[in-house]
Amino acid sequence: MQRKFILSNDYVFWEALNKVLSEPSQDFIELIKKSGLRGRGGAGFPTGLKLELVSKNGLGEKKYIVCNADEGEPGSFKDRELLFNHTEKFIEGMIASGYAVGASMGFIYLRAEYKWMLKNLLNKIKQIREKNYLGKNILNKNFDFDIEIRCNAGAYICGEESSLIESMEGKRGEPRNRPPFPVEHGYINFPTLVDNVETFANLPYIVKYGDEEFKKYGTQKSPGTKLFSISGDCPKPGIYEFDLGCTLLDLLKACEATDVRAVQVGGAAGVTVAPKDFKKSICYSELSPEGSIIIFNKSRNMFEVLKNFTDFFKEESCGLCTPCREGVPKIAEAVDKIIKKESIPDSHIEVLMELADVMKVASKCGLGQTASNPFVYIYKNFADNHHPF
Amino acid sequence: MNDKHKPILKVTINGKEYETKENETILELAKRNDIYIPTLCYHPDLCLSGVCRLCLVEVGGCRALQASCSTPVLNGMIIQTETELVNKSRRMVLELILANHYTGKSKCDKTLSCELQELFIKYKIEESRFGRPKEKRYKILDNTAVIRDNDKCIKCRRCVDACECMQCVEAIKPMYRSNELSIGSVFDVDLDKTGCVLCGQCINYCPTTALVEKESIKEVYEALNDPAKHVVVQTAPSMRATLAEEFNIPAGRSSTKKMTTALRKIGFDAIFDTNFSADLTIIEESAELLSRIKKKFLNKEESSLPLFTSCSPGWINYIEYFYPELLSNVSTCKSPQQMFGAIAKTYYANKINIHPKDIICVAVMPCTAKKFEANRPEMRDSGYKDVDYVLTIREFAKMIRRSNINLFELPDSDYDAPMGISSGAGLIFGVTGGVMEAAIRTAYEVVTKREVPFKNLDICPVRGMEGVREASLIIKNPIDEWKFLDGFELKVAVAHELRNAKKLLDSIKANESDYHFVEVMACPGGCLGGGGQPKPTNVEIRKKRARVIYEEDRALPYRKSHENPAIIELYKDFIGKPLGEKAHKLLHTYYTVRRD
Repeated sequence: MQRKFILSNDYVFWEALNKVLSEPSQDFIELIKKSGLRGRGGAGFPTGLKLELVSKNGLGEKKYIVCNADEGEPGSFKDRELLFNHTEKFIEGMIASGYAVGASMGFIYLRAEYKWMLKNLLNKIKQIREKNYLGKNILNKNFDFDIEIRCNAGAYICGEESSLIESMEGKRGEPRNRPPFPVEHGYINFPTLVDNVETFANLPYIVKYGDEEFKKYGTQKSPGTKLFSISGDCPKPGIYEFDLGCTLLDLLKACEATDVRAVQVGGAAGVTVAPKDFKKSICYSELSPEGSIIIFNKSRNMFEVLKNFTDFFKEESCGLCTPCREGVPKIAEAVDKIIKKESIPDSHIEVLMELADVMKVASKCGLGQTASNPFVYIYKNFADNHHPF
Repeated sequence: MNDKHKPILKVTINGKEYETKENETILELAKRNDIYIPTLCYHPDLCLSGVCRLCLVEVGGCRALQASCSTPVLNGMIIQTETELVNKSRRMVLELILANHYTGKSKCDKTLSCELQELFIKYKIEESRFGRPKEKRYKILDNTAVIRDNDKCIKCRRCVDACECMQCVEAIKPMYRSNELSIGSVFDVDLDKTGCVLCGQCINYCPTTALVEKESIKEVYEALNDPAKHVVVQTAPSMRATLAEEFNIPAGRSSTKKMTTALRKIGFDAIFDTNFSADLTIIEESAELLSRIKKKFLNKEESSLPLFTSCSPGWINYIEYFYPELLSNVSTCKSPQQMFGAIAKTYYANKINIHPKDIICVAVMPCTAKKFEANRPEMRDSGYKDVDYVLTIREFAKMIRRSNINLFELPDSDYDAPMGISSGAGLIFGVTGGVMEAAIRTAYEVVTKREVPFKNLDICPVRGMEGVREASLIIKNPIDEWKFLDGFELKVAVAHELRNAKKLLDSIKANESDYHFVEVMACPGGCLGGGGQPKPTNVEIRKKRARVIYEEDRALPYRKSHENPAIIELYKDFIGKPLGEKAHKLLHTYYTVRRD
């Protein structure tokens, strides 16, 4: 069901933070754990557990909070809305998390394409600092926390948390070996909590309304609401907030889309859903709740859509591991041929499917593991005897 | 944590249970138990990688395959190393590499050490289902010693790791993204304009032949075929301990008396030994050390201590570029290679009555930086280029193969006099700590007129393979001239690999250490791990090479440089005194700041 929770206006700045800072840090972690909130960046890791891991790792050491504002997934723009119009909400979540884990420094890792809002963000941070919600001895609670902004240079891979951390350290953005995970060895090797903007924005609400209220939204295993960036062939594109567990049909109805051939859920790395699956529910156990929803109507040639996605990956693979670096261009080559109506023998399509399977399990990070998805989904669901036209 | 309290981890690999207490990776555990897992980007000397995705294994509970080289074992892990999915993935990775691997029109040279080729053979991959590149796409990147052909590069990044983690030079980096990624100099500048110290470690760790040395074989053959030229050759100390490996003999076999015969067969006119000029270096360098100590502790004058050794040209390139403020601490002694050249074209030329312009001086070295050193403009003190051509040991092995010589079927032979006469002190220059040991053997005796107080003259505290080693020696009852050193504690340190040198340099710059004498070798293990040595290399191989050198030192009639009769004669007839006028002209040099 569509509702306004995160996007609601009934939010009193710093109400939640006052409460969090007045109680032992463990209480906040327990609350988030009980709420069942899962990361809104895509992977869906339980947020409370992550808080707990960072709080327990490296006792007495420096720790860091990182807000992943590298919204690089094609078709996703819901974080932009939060960053620009709901700044206090996620910053409040960051400060609360810092208090919970024992960090005194947080970073906002800002997407290169969002540099236009840098000034605005810095201004907001300055105002917050002036009110003593950031800085030394926040609200006289003997807790220091401050926030700096780091800017991405434009690489999609830096949305992946370990690449993001590499990039923050001034290195080439490439995924690290995991383990160790950032919760143990993150930014400059200290325990680091990396969460998506939307995840942080959820936290003040959970504090305000309690975990029971939060769990009333969504499903049992996927509680809460989710922001969707809806774009493509529909009369009302934009940002929509729905309970988790909603279906694509709900979303399509809300944006008044008709004559839909396919919906891309989760951007380039996501899945291409055909109408037969529009009834599937969007939650962590079925259709992964990603923020990017792109609608294609029946006038679209799905192989051109595919070319768009494979070209994107060919551009954005970081080049570190063999399957992704060498595999993506092979798929892109074949898609080019299909578009040019050159024939590809069935045997080569089989080889490419085998390649796609291997990329899924052999690549080092999520980018390579999902880069073959569009090819597999679109080819399987939309190719008509290998002649899509 | 001591071993007793470490928890025992139980891990199942291919259905069999293994126990380990170590904090190790899946690959390390498998290797210890002789379970084969193919690797390419992994090398035990380098940092964790996880790049090539060849060492993938299935781990119970994980959706994706895991790179065994970078995944630590956990208690209860269930690992499969040979499932259908694993093998399908490995073959696919190899095919993808082959599809982007351009080796030219001709087939690969089977005699070259290529780990990639071995894997293609093992997995019976002859062609890639994705085709092969049809033409060259990258321009060659090179400098005086190193050639990089990115068409052959498989982007495993071992070279980057060697340059960055082992040597702290960072001359090369991955550039660009996706399938346009290539390894190159930062901002694509000429390799010469980076901090590249020409140590050649990138070549040593390259699993293909994308990285090779710039060869001088052609020029050497030309000189050999020129009847007007008298071609002398010097062989580096470590070569006798490693050359055999080029002929598929496991590390640890000496070929001293065979390689001299091979050199004669190839046509060199005089077969000399760099050990001879290593002895010469010791005479000069120990005199320099003592004079600096005297200046500081007796005369109480300004004197740059610690004194750094200067034999390793990779090290010299490093300090000239990265720590020029410490250049006054570097010994002014030329390296043994260059001392040899200067003496060959003066003293020796005179002795055999051949004009130095007609002498071609060839050096066979375990080193690529030696090529750069020989080309330095200041290395012409004989009036001619002191050392004309430098061959790596790999190049020399190529010449042997080209001449169809079976090295180990050759009769034994000795070096020629006088510049082939040497001591064990000169020989141990080939291993980390050797220059230090040789210098102490001589300096201690100069000061006390007694032998160093170590059993069999083996100064064990400076031996070994730890990155930095420290030792000290108290001088007792010196002769009158050195009376001020009675009870003096001589503090020394030895470092190999430039990352360890960097540690020492930083502590010296911060005034945190009080060494008097520091030996630095750029390469792991010293020259026996040099950038011109046979491939592959790892710490076990280097230890075996070191053993050959120490054993041979033990067996030699002269163990101390100052006992070498050819050296004694050289000073008597030609040089005069250590640090004297002629010594300064021919045997010492100066350094330049290489950084803009």
